[in-house]
Amino acid sequence: MLRLEKRPQPSREWTALSPLLAVALTMLVGGILFAILGANPFEAIRTIFWDPIFSEQFSGFTRPQLLVKAGPLILIAIGLSIGFKAGIWNIGAEGQYIMGAICGAGAGLAFYPSDSVLIFPLMLIAGALGGWAWAMIPAILKTKLGTNEILVSLMLVYVAETILASVASGLLRNPDGMGFPGSRNFKEWDAAFNSELITGTGMHWGVVAAFIAVIAAYVLMSRHIQGFNIRLTGEAPRAARFAGVNPTRIVILCLGISGALAGMAGMFEATGPAGQVSIDFNAGYGFTAIIVAFLGRLNPIGILLAGLLMALTYIGGELAQLMLGLPGAAIQLFQGMLLFFLLATDVFTNYRLRLTKKEAV
Amino acid sequence: MDDTLLSIQGLTKAYPGVVANDNVTFDIGKGEIHALLGENGAGKSTLVKMIYGLVAPDRGTMTLDGASFAPPKPSVARQAGVAMVFQHFSLFDALSVAENVALGMENPPKPRDLAARIRDVSEQYGLPLDPARDVSSLSAGERQRVEIIRCLLQDPRLLIMDEPTSVLTPQEVEILFETLRKLKSEGTSILYISHKLEEIRSLCDHATILRHGQKVGDCTPSETSARELAELMVGSSFATPKARDVQLGEVVLKVQNLELPALDGIGTPLRDISFELRKGEVLGIGGVAGNGQDELLMALSGERLSDPGMVTFQGNDVSRQGAGQRRLPGLLSAPEERLGHAAAPDMSLTENGVLTAGKRAGLVQNGFIDWGKSRRFAEDVIEKFDVRTPGPNVAARALSGGNLQKYVVGREIVQKPELLVINQPTWGVDAAAAASIRQALLDLAHGGAAILVISQDLDELMEISDCFAALNEGRLSQPRPVQGLDMEQIGLMLGGAHDMETAHVAS
Repeated sequence: MLRLEKRPQPSREWTALSPLLAVALTMLVGGILFAILGANPFEAIRTIFWDPIFSEQFSGFTRPQLLVKAGPLILIAIGLSIGFKAGIWNIGAEGQYIMGAICGAGAGLAFYPSDSVLIFPLMLIAGALGGWAWAMIPAILKTKLGTNEILVSLMLVYVAETILASVASGLLRNPDGMGFPGSRNFKEWDAAFNSELITGTGMHWGVVAAFIAVIAAYVLMSRHIQGFNIRLTGEAPRAARFAGVNPTRIVILCLGISGALAGMAGMFEATGPAGQVSIDFNAGYGFTAIIVAFLGRLNPIGILLAGLLMALTYIGGELAQLMLGLPGAAIQLFQGMLLFFLLATDVFTNYRLRLTKKEAV
Repeated sequence: MDDTLLSIQGLTKAYPGVVANDNVTFDIGKGEIHALLGENGAGKSTLVKMIYGLVAPDRGTMTLDGASFAPPKPSVARQAGVAMVFQHFSLFDALSVAENVALGMENPPKPRDLAARIRDVSEQYGLPLDPARDVSSLSAGERQRVEIIRCLLQDPRLLIMDEPTSVLTPQEVEILFETLRKLKSEGTSILYISHKLEEIRSLCDHATILRHGQKVGDCTPSETSARELAELMVGSSFATPKARDVQLGEVVLKVQNLELPALDGIGTPLRDISFELRKGEVLGIGGVAGNGQDELLMALSGERLSDPGMVTFQGNDVSRQGAGQRRLPGLLSAPEERLGHAAAPDMSLTENGVLTAGKRAGLVQNGFIDWGKSRRFAEDVIEKFDVRTPGPNVAARALSGGNLQKYVVGREIVQKPELLVINQPTWGVDAAAAASIRQALLDLAHGGAAILVISQDLDELMEISDCFAALNEGRLSQPRPVQGLDMEQIGLMLGGAHDMETAHVAS
């Protein structure tokens, strides 16, 4: 009989090893899946993981996309990871991302066509506040009424999507847009445009913010007492209370940080790569960031790498759809597998497998 | 011998470092309610686990109805007619009563038949219960009924009940007693484990008393006073306290009419507790577990806040201050539960040092943790209190209970508290380490700190305390100087036997 036995302490080797093993298993099982779908598995894997960066034919276009896609994923995942460490499950980053985009864009458009240098910082603050405020709804409901933040934050995503559809075809609609839904295009308004900072790299202010968030989160979680309190709350709530940590403050803090970062990500996206607030500009970054956070072991450096990897599968997946005719659902399945295998291999961080003789009955 | 159901002969079970049961012998008659009485750690649980087949004895034999009885596992014991209601229920919240009952059966009947049988049994024994209800909507008393009915469906000959009334309201206790008396009248034997003296006196026919794993007496409870029972349970072997030369200073802690409702409806509310504690004084608080010890510690440590004016520390009202704020001027505490409360299991010893010593020991500056200093703090505690561990980077849960206890107690003592509130300071620690922890507490008091020790070990309290008080159902007796206290008075203070004795005389 096989039996799982709890380790006296979490294994350091497995903590580092399990993401790599998960990637390997995903490639293996994904390859089998692609083979069943009639594609050459080696070609499919190469198209997803190799071509976006190294192919002469595509890399000119796809390489900058790596940072464009990884930026918001990392920024959101960093915020989520802080809450996850405390056992606070914000599943609604997508909604906070949308509200950040709406508030950021709205704050800027109120001053159109000003060319003040303060426009973009103002939009950034408005975006962060929008995401923060949206996250405060589950936070306050949880602390005051004891509701479940998973459900509330998730359902608020659909509310946010409805608001997005409404403002894109109403309040924020481009007055010069001949009645088409969607806001003004920020690419045509320099003061508010989140432009590419270094040509050909995909680097924009959102990517810079993501890198800063990685460093700040690393310092917070490993050196600062608030980060310690957050970890303590997640690992042993009673011990946290014994230490003098106020659980209400931790909920407000964690949901606040993750909401503000998601809001900023939404604002950077709307004013940069997306260019406008349109009905369906949100691409699911808020949900994918959950995978990124776990794939990165809730560790800031890990999240940086996981964000880049996830961005790669996005771009590579699109490429595979285009070049090999693989269905989009197969790519999503491929990404889902990554999280699945990660959680599965994760068991071995805290447990080890033991062979036991079946006991005589 | 015909009316003996279960006969226990010389049962012995030793665990590394402790003999849980030492040559225990007694008989349970047919149709008898037999009490097993003893303090926490006296060996009651180990004994019933052997009867129920969860633990195999090292030595000794049992006979059930004349036949040799040595169940290798609970299902064999159940087949032989032994059923057990545990103190902690094993029910699935999301399932209905009937589904939960079916899960515990070897060959569950069809759902409809089972529901009908549950209804029959519950009516027959006066335990109202609807088989279709979800367990999540049941009260603790109703959950217990599910467990009892699960047992009764097997037509047991011996029903073991482990502390059944600890979760019940007085009304539910009455209902339960009616049921048990009915079972008894039908010839079912009951082994009833408790440390509530008055219950045992009103319910049980015979009592076997255990202390430190040994049977120390048996009696007919209804003919024995609560005081005598308490004395048997506690023993009168402890050393007479030495008169200590104590210089009492000014009042450090003043608790006035402290009231605190039970947390989440479980546990014990604190009722009108008042006392004072002076510099250099050690106050020992005794009492049977579950009478408000945890609650008192949390009210003093600041984990739970009380109304203004109830807790005054060094002349300041700290009733509305949290644990972190109280710690800064030197009100430190060490709770009973080491893993999960006093320490975070998956965090290292260094991190667990920061947990309470962060601000007071200067490990945190401007919000940033000085890990080098924190590590030295942890190493200091490890060295001074002889904690056996490879180093401060080890996770708390990897330490043995006794070693972790040394660490969490040492962590507070090293911080030089003005007042130390400590629950069960030497629980699970070997004798040498226990002695050194007690000595450390005495040294601390000698240095001018006030100490409040909550413990279930009377010997320990008598050894180190200047004053003694007892907690009973959330009430604290008047603290009295330990010198001059005799066994009889302690027996009366414990377990609230004082009130019961007068009631007994009055009736």
